[in-house]
Amino acid sequence: MTTATDTTAQPSGTLRWALADSWTMTRRGFAHWARQPVQVVVNLVFPVMMLLMFAYFLGGGMTVPGGGDYKQFLVPGVFALTMAFGLEGTMLAVTQDLNKGVIDRFRSMPMAPSAVLVGRSVLDMLQSALSLCALIGVGLAMGWRWHGGIAEALYAVGLLLWLRFAMLWIGIHLGMVAGRPELVQAVQILVWPVGFFSNVFAAPEHMPAWVGAVAEWNPMSATAAATRDLFGNPGAGGGSWAADHAQLLALCWPLLLVAVFFPLAVGRYRRLTR
Amino acid sequence: MTGSDPAIVVEGLRKTYGGKPALAGLDLTVPQGTVHAVLGPNGAGKTTCVRILATLLRPDGGRAEVAGYDVRRHPDQVRYRIGLLGQYAAVDEELSGRQNLEMFGRLYHLGARRAGARADELLERFGLTGTGHKAVGQYSGGMRRRLDLAASLIMRPQVLFLDEPTTGLDPRGRTEVWNAVRSLVGGGTTVLLTTQYLEEADQLADRICVVDHGRVIADGTADQLKARIGGDRIEVVLRDGGQLDAAASVVGLAAGAAEDEVETDADRRRVAARVENRVAALTETVRALAAAGIEAEDIVLRRPTLDEVFLHLTGRSAADGAAEETADDTKDHSKDDATDHTTDHTTKEGAGV
Repeated sequence: MTTATDTTAQPSGTLRWALADSWTMTRRGFAHWARQPVQVVVNLVFPVMMLLMFAYFLGGGMTVPGGGDYKQFLVPGVFALTMAFGLEGTMLAVTQDLNKGVIDRFRSMPMAPSAVLVGRSVLDMLQSALSLCALIGVGLAMGWRWHGGIAEALYAVGLLLWLRFAMLWIGIHLGMVAGRPELVQAVQILVWPVGFFSNVFAAPEHMPAWVGAVAEWNPMSATAAATRDLFGNPGAGGGSWAADHAQLLALCWPLLLVAVFFPLAVGRYRRLTR
Repeated sequence: MTGSDPAIVVEGLRKTYGGKPALAGLDLTVPQGTVHAVLGPNGAGKTTCVRILATLLRPDGGRAEVAGYDVRRHPDQVRYRIGLLGQYAAVDEELSGRQNLEMFGRLYHLGARRAGARADELLERFGLTGTGHKAVGQYSGGMRRRLDLAASLIMRPQVLFLDEPTTGLDPRGRTEVWNAVRSLVGGGTTVLLTTQYLEEADQLADRICVVDHGRVIADGTADQLKARIGGDRIEVVLRDGGQLDAAASVVGLAAGAAEDEVETDADRRRVAARVENRVAALTETVRALAAAGIEAEDIVLRRPTLDEVFLHLTGRSAADGAAEETADDTKDHSKDDATDHTTDHTTKEGAGV
């Protein structure tokens, strides 16, 4: 046979090829972005729009527990919400990819099986990091400020991306479970009540007692409260244990979610070959 | 693998989906450098067989070796030596042709430079050089298929699997694919081809096996099979159904067929018979009908259809078998309706697995 066959017949399990293949899959995603610049912009604009709508249409009527400017309360909340809503994008991308014929070619090739999922992760984390940058920029333009040190601010950004990372694996798993893009729509609708069932837009103190209690335990609330605290924005803390330990929960919630959904997602992806 | 070992060995291959056997002990041996066609209706197990051989599916039982490696124990070794052209284009529709080929080349671990060079080589070979930045989604069906084939050939595979390679293509696209396959075989590649069309198997394959309910029910060269099936047929549609009996004896005589080999269909005013010598039978039938004063609305010569192969081999229609096995699979696929192919399948085998 040809040299092309012989010199490359090495096991795909080696880390080197796993990294190279993951990078190739990431480049594929960049090429998609280059083909769909409008989609990329829409993805960046949507959370910014949410921020502006809540700040200027509804913000006038909102009160912040302990007093303070609603915008200062809202901006970190929208950061957390955007990270959580990243779930939809991941799920849709995974579902679309698995329904394309090209996945059969990937699977009939000697590439590292992990590369498809790693490529997806890198792209989605990058997309969310860009969204976060855009939101921070718009937030600053609106008058939002952070009052802590640079280390606290970076820690807050880290916690936000950590939540996004957990959502990534939920999205990958649900995307494979749903299987068809039509089913993704159902999840996209369900994401909304879950998103609002939190302290993102309103303080749980102002909700009916049991609703507020559940909202405080929402993983998104933990991240939002922790980032408010780290940025020195109003509305952090409160009476309950969950509110007082927001930073701990902002670390543990995503950890728990990753611990559950990462093995589920990887296992499910492996079983595609059965 | 030495020069004389078969490229594909399949023994007693079994696969079950939800209690229904898709493969029920399939056996197959394909010598190196030959084209082997697997012919059968939808639901016969053709796609399941190819997907197992291409390491996309795990068999429940039996053994399969491709290019000397067991598909279950050494899937990566198999993957470096095969190319797969599935029923649906397995390329990224959002990327250009070159971007696709370069990406696949990198994933075959050719390295960036060689992947790029190989992409250019293949684009030129398959007449896709001028496609530039255009996304594959905007290609014609034939172009997409050629790109798909090019992607299957990046590693110059020893074994190439073609799963219904021309389903859904227009006649021109089909000829393009056929020519590409012929040139490959000239280069020593072993090809396993599945098809619903006897004509396609006839055009391309050295050997054909007919598969039904996950088993090989007949095996041989195209000529051997056709001899068993009964060769070409002549069909005459009459203007006046009342002349059916008279026409039957005239056509039977002209075609050189025995009286009990002539079929008549009163509803469609049709007389059909098998023929040995196509042109002579046609000429003689036209002359004899005119002499007998019988007016024909249509006269056609055609090859046996898959349905007739099935009727002959199993005593039942191929469409029945397909409906039975894929009743829960309603995914539609558009098919080309070439004049020779009268079987009409609306279900597709092996989807969504």
